[in-house]
Amino acid sequence: MSQPNVFVIGATHHVAPIAVREKLTLNAEQSAALQQDLAGITGLKEFTVISTCNRIEIYGVAASSEVAAAVQAAFCQRQRFAAAEFEQFRLVLRDQSAVGHLLEVAAGLDSQMLGETEIFGQVKGAYAAAQERGVTGPVLNRIFQKAFQSAKLARSQTGITEGQVSVANVAVELAANIFGDLEKTRVLLLGAGDIGEKTAKAFRSRGAGSLVVTSRRMERAMELASELGATALPFGQHESRLAEFDIVVGSTSAPDTVVSAAATTAAMRQRPARPLFFIDLALPRDIDPKVAALENVFLYNLDDLARIASENLAARTAEIAKCRALLGGRAEALWRHIEPKLNGAPGSASGVYEPGGQPSP
Amino acid sequence: MLDFLSARGWLWSAAFFYLAVFTAGTVGLLRHGRRASNLTYALMVIGYALQLAGLSLRGKEVGGCPLGNQFEIFQFTAWSATTLYLMVGVTFRSSMLGYFTGCLAAVLSLISLAVPAWDATRSSKLFGGNPWIEFHAALALFSYGVFALLALTSVMFLFRNYSLKVKRVGGWFSFLPSILELEVIGLRLLVAAVAILTASLAVGSVWWLRDTATADVGKILVTVAVWAAALLVLGLRLASLLLARRFAWACLALFGAALLSLGPVDSSRHQPTPKVATTVPVP
Repeated sequence: MSQPNVFVIGATHHVAPIAVREKLTLNAEQSAALQQDLAGITGLKEFTVISTCNRIEIYGVAASSEVAAAVQAAFCQRQRFAAAEFEQFRLVLRDQSAVGHLLEVAAGLDSQMLGETEIFGQVKGAYAAAQERGVTGPVLNRIFQKAFQSAKLARSQTGITEGQVSVANVAVELAANIFGDLEKTRVLLLGAGDIGEKTAKAFRSRGAGSLVVTSRRMERAMELASELGATALPFGQHESRLAEFDIVVGSTSAPDTVVSAAATTAAMRQRPARPLFFIDLALPRDIDPKVAALENVFLYNLDDLARIASENLAARTAEIAKCRALLGGRAEALWRHIEPKLNGAPGSASGVYEPGGQPSP
Repeated sequence: MLDFLSARGWLWSAAFFYLAVFTAGTVGLLRHGRRASNLTYALMVIGYALQLAGLSLRGKEVGGCPLGNQFEIFQFTAWSATTLYLMVGVTFRSSMLGYFTGCLAAVLSLISLAVPAWDATRSSKLFGGNPWIEFHAALALFSYGVFALLALTSVMFLFRNYSLKVKRVGGWFSFLPSILELEVIGLRLLVAAVAILTASLAVGSVWWLRDTATADVGKILVTVAVWAAALLVLGLRLASLLLARRFAWACLALFGAALLSLGPVDSSRHQPTPKVATTVPVP
């Protein structure tokens, strides 16, 4: 193939293991250097580099098929990665397939965590950076803008992004089902375990009002509190001060429960009108299961959260075909619009590069 | 044949728009839980406008507030609930309250339209030309509309509480507002209902005290019982003695009591008293 084409070349989590991806991923400095290298490739008329922890992808508009090989060579050289090894994990798509792939990436359909929306921002960021450098043109501008529109459409027309699929985010979503706005909630983190920390961070990112950490090891509690912008509480006080909190996250390694039904009953007497939400992520469990029977008290353990996350994931998975069909149709229509311009339009595939071309309407 | 430009014609049209809210909401929920808040709100606004036109026309025909029979009372109650939804519903995060209000308004409207006997006769000169009594009756029925909305939020609370307790939070449960929001709105609605009913009773009592001979003791007792029950529930809630599920069930019971009280109150109007023309039709 020696005719003008749109291509994507790179590696993603589907084939490349983390050990490979960490060698391929680009930091800001490396990305800037690579883009400078790519700008010097003859026949590469437009390009955009997307680099996240799960993928490195270079989208380009080329005058001939040989250009993609030159892009690969430049990338491998910059990353000091053997070209032969790269080809084992390589993703190469052209024309409509490349366009369709970008639409799926932007919609979160190609993500490791299906339907996640962070990738949308990452693709947008990569495109904005390329635009700023003046290395996109009429073709990529149109493709990326249509990709963003299609991703929004996929979100609104299918359930691909609905429901949380990580334990920490499911816990936060449940808290929102109980309290609504989390700004006025007080969260108590029991223990300084990894999963508890992740959950506390998820609460923090959703704007939880205040966060208090308690652990048998006070120095660890203080360290984590400082990291989370929280305060530390001596471990022995957590039951007597239970009424002060709305959400309690248990993640200690204690052999027995650390919050009793009696303490919870006493706390609820002090705050009967305000619900109390327990998230028990510990094994053995931190919270006495009997608290679940109390009025206005809600208890979810690790199994409950994992089940909800997996149900949400199954629901998203069930939407894949619908989402793929929707995006496929959009990609096909987009390609029908682009292909003639690519092959004949003056100033595009005919060999004249227009740096920083404005988006087509 | 139905004259679509008559009061009943307008009210039939309104009922179909409320039914459309229910249908669109149900279809949306069944199809992957897609919400269409704007559509719900638009249909509710159209239904409301048509019902308002129908009730206004009826009011013009009878020369007063259209509260002369069971049909009009049901229509007015549905209209009151919709008024309140349009006023406060937008503050809810989802269209579920609109969906439920649409269902309630459709049920009340369609039942009242489907029973011709309810609209076959009506007490004429119902309020004896006394605008204060008319105001008292309208206020009382409006408070019943607030009770209806309170009942809806209570049902939503019970669903939300159940879903969280049994740990089934997906599907259409996910569109319900949070427990805390439902509690807050429930309390506010109860305060509003009690305040409006109290004002209605205050207005009515002035008339009863002036003209004790025409006051119907049975009706007064039923009305005061509903008011006292609402006041008791509010007092217990404010003292934190009636909370969460129990409060929701109590609110549902209050709405049930309010609906049941319409029977005795309405029948008291038809008693052959010499001054039937000035009998108050509602609590």
